[in-house]
Amino acid sequence: MNSKNRNNPIILCVKDLKKHFPIRRGFLQKISGWVKAVDGVSFEIERGKTMGLVGESGCGKTTVARLILKLLALDEGKIIYQGVDIGRLSEKEMKPHRKEMQIVFQDPFGSLNPRMTVGQSVEEGLRILGIKNRRMRKARLEKLMEMVGMSPDSTDRYPHEFSGGQRQRIGIARALSVEPSLIICDEPISALDVSIQAQIINLLKDLQDRLGLSYLFISHDLNVVGYLCNTIAVMYMGQIMEYASAEDIFDHPHHPYTRSLLAAIPDSGPQKKLAPTLIKEDIFDSSAALEGCKYRSMCSMEAPRCGKEQVLFEKIGEGHFVRCWKAMKK
Amino acid sequence: MTDNNILLSVQDLKVYFRSADACARAVDGVSFDVRKKETVCIVGESGCGKTVSALSILGLVATPPGEIIDGRIVFAGQNLLELGEKEMQKIRGNHIAMVFQEPLTSLNPVFTIEDQISEAVRIHKKVETESLHEKCIQLLKDVGISDPEQRLEDYPHQLSGGQRQRVMIAMALACDPDLIIADEPTTALDVTVQAQILELFGAIQTKQSMSIVYITHDLGVVAAIADRVYVMYAGMITEQGNAEHIFRNARHPYTQGLLASLPSLSKRGKRLYSIPGAVPDPAYKPAGCPFHPRCPHKAPSCHTEYPNMCDYGQGHLARCPILFQDKGRHI
Repeated sequence: MNSKNRNNPIILCVKDLKKHFPIRRGFLQKISGWVKAVDGVSFEIERGKTMGLVGESGCGKTTVARLILKLLALDEGKIIYQGVDIGRLSEKEMKPHRKEMQIVFQDPFGSLNPRMTVGQSVEEGLRILGIKNRRMRKARLEKLMEMVGMSPDSTDRYPHEFSGGQRQRIGIARALSVEPSLIICDEPISALDVSIQAQIINLLKDLQDRLGLSYLFISHDLNVVGYLCNTIAVMYMGQIMEYASAEDIFDHPHHPYTRSLLAAIPDSGPQKKLAPTLIKEDIFDSSAALEGCKYRSMCSMEAPRCGKEQVLFEKIGEGHFVRCWKAMKK
Repeated sequence: MTDNNILLSVQDLKVYFRSADACARAVDGVSFDVRKKETVCIVGESGCGKTVSALSILGLVATPPGEIIDGRIVFAGQNLLELGEKEMQKIRGNHIAMVFQEPLTSLNPVFTIEDQISEAVRIHKKVETESLHEKCIQLLKDVGISDPEQRLEDYPHQLSGGQRQRVMIAMALACDPDLIIADEPTTALDVTVQAQILELFGAIQTKQSMSIVYITHDLGVVAAIADRVYVMYAGMITEQGNAEHIFRNARHPYTQGLLASLPSLSKRGKRLYSIPGAVPDPAYKPAGCPFHPRCPHKAPSCHTEYPNMCDYGQGHLARCPILFQDKGRHI
């Protein structure tokens, strides 16, 4: 990591990322089809900024996160982190980059080892960083706990003694322990109580201001993403359907899927009528080899052309990309 | 209660769960009414007692460890708590039906959809097998499932999450109940599917004129469907009123805090309000007002005195005397 890379305004650039999982059937486990979990995903995250990745369950959001962290091997594409393509690096070559990117998981109950004290869990990263001096580790540990708003004496206690919100703070402290530049937050607040969610959102914002962190924020909640993120990518069946600034996504959505998602947000203002949903049916088969646009079976604007040609991801405005030829024409 | 329009009236319900060393007061003096053809939302966070309240209505609280200590649940003139198990069975599924949160765990994996939908009808009504099949098809059509004849032969694992929840609703509708209790029916679903299910509830209600008690933690859902709202915190009702009052003019610091802490695009750049602290353990609730450790308006009396309901008129009540003091009107 040289100093030139540190000044690169784009911290992470993902190009045409692909990951297909085989479906095996029968006694011989023959491959009978492919699930295109991630099928050509590209985006950029600016340093110190937050990108939101939204989509419904099963659309491939978490697979993207796992590919970026190299917890899964990618099939095709590039992952350029601070100017270096880490997509094809071996485990050993990857090691120095590992501490640069960390993840905060959705489930604060499942992601902490119940047999380790909170201190041990958070300290693990420090040991891997190579801080051999015990006293230094302890000082750093106390600093981390203070940063996430926990009292330093909680380090000797076990995860079950904490509430969901506190555990999520511990998860964040653990991610911060190795001083990363990019944190991937995979639905970090959706398992928390409503009154706790705002605490964690504020904490993430404070840490960003203080440490200059960049976030990839994965969520299905458009309200949270709209509040927190600078740019938003809307994902559907392994592809990004629309990518733009948060303001553009909310004020000028172009893709019919983005619009149906926005219409489906129950607004917290008191209004009796729900906006009509634009989705035709509630069934889809993600393994089906669909020609053309993947959204067309659900789309209210479907035309014969949608089934014939590959829909390209094209620019329609400054920093605004859409994968829908009808939206392009407008 | 002389209002003829009231279908269900829960009065001062107390449900405690005892263990060897503690007693969790899960529901601690909850009262609410459901009028005919009305959608009532009960909102609250996990552990506030909203599900236990609903289960008590149907007599489904496991005893032990649970125990209904006090209160009355009056449904169509009858106190349900005084009925025996046999009489309860006649009401359960027939007059009051329930839709649960997790459609996959609430459906039996080894029976077909038809078996499960027709079960309640077979128990409660005398229907010929032929017309039962017709009825099942009609029910699936009503809840918007395409190709109903095929789906009736399917097993739960063959359906998507949204379809399973529709089947659950069809089961609840099977005996034309007067009241449906829906316990977080859309929490496990995607937003677009959630919007469809909420729309479905609205459509069914207009068509069949039934009452719905909808339990949720999502204020957005409440705003979309509720006629009246009850906000629960730590086993008590903190605020009640029609949806308009609750969202425009919340009077309890907890409701105010919840609404202020919701993120949205319009709050960008501003710091979100957050309620400090965490939800109390029902076994170790603070004395006085259970909300006082997290409350920005707390006064010395909040530490010791259980708050009274204060009446703001038009059925809008909030359990916070401190905010009410200027007006000085208590019930």
